[in-house]
Amino acid sequence: MNLDTLRARFGPAVGASVVFRGETSLTVDREAVVALCECLRDEEALAFDFLADLCGVDRHPADPRFEVVYHLYSVRHGHRLRLRVPVGEADPVVDSVTGVWETADWHERECFDLFGIRFRNHPDLRRILLPDDFEGHPLRKDFPLEGDGRP
Amino acid sequence: MGIERFGATTVLTTNLDRVVGWARRNSLWPLTFGLACCAIEMISTAAARYDIARFGMEVFRPSPRQADVMIVAGTVTRKMAPAVKRLYDQMAEPKWVVAMGACACSGGLFPTYAVVQGVDTFLPVDIYIPGCPVKPEALLDGLIRLQEKIAAGAAGSAR
Repeated sequence: MNLDTLRARFGPAVGASVVFRGETSLTVDREAVVALCECLRDEEALAFDFLADLCGVDRHPADPRFEVVYHLYSVRHGHRLRLRVPVGEADPVVDSVTGVWETADWHERECFDLFGIRFRNHPDLRRILLPDDFEGHPLRKDFPLEGDGRP
Repeated sequence: MGIERFGATTVLTTNLDRVVGWARRNSLWPLTFGLACCAIEMISTAAARYDIARFGMEVFRPSPRQADVMIVAGTVTRKMAPAVKRLYDQMAEPKWVVAMGACACSGGLFPTYAVVQGVDTFLPVDIYIPGCPVKPEALLDGLIRLQEKIAAGAAGSAR
């Protein structure tokens, strides 16, 4: 899997890549996510046709605090790629990739529900696991494990 | 009160509460629902080995309209609690609640934002059965104690 075409096309928006035990992780600017994902899906040599997982990470108290992580798989080529998108606490918004892989819908809702990261242009960004009237985002490191004491 | 003789006739005198309590305790119809691993123990309690029918409670009812005992078997999450409350509200009087297991009693090993810390925060519990999960013998013991409370007129939402 050659990522040079990505670097040539997206320039500095594609950051450092790390290879650990044969798994490649790529840090990507949030502004470039949707265009990059379309490229990853449509480029013949890459053909990432399956979004295996999308999740959030809270690196509190680091800055930028959050990350959205995309696990991609190509059924055609059998290769994998991980994208890491840093997201700041002040403006935790990322463009939705539901237009690229429809399966991102519920993954992004879960990420919003538990981390409070918002996905711009998501078709239906509601809570998915917690009750609709829940307050707060419990997978944030500063959320009290035992909750706010409400019954 | 008791057995009295009037000439050739033997009469048993009692009071109405006692008769009603006796009738109720011998025909408990639990609501068919389980929330977590305790439900598996409740199912085996109802199956052949433990045979809950010996105590007149084998008629598990899938409708709250026909049930009079709610066995809260398992972890009640905050998202599930409104549904459990609704089922309870749909049951006809008189009705009783058994908190089965550590989770239903107190939240158990889940002292977290997601789990209700004991169903007695939103339901009137008559019997608490500890255990994680509750063994069938313990569930039967709890239900027999519930029968004793009912017979004594000391349990239920209308007490």
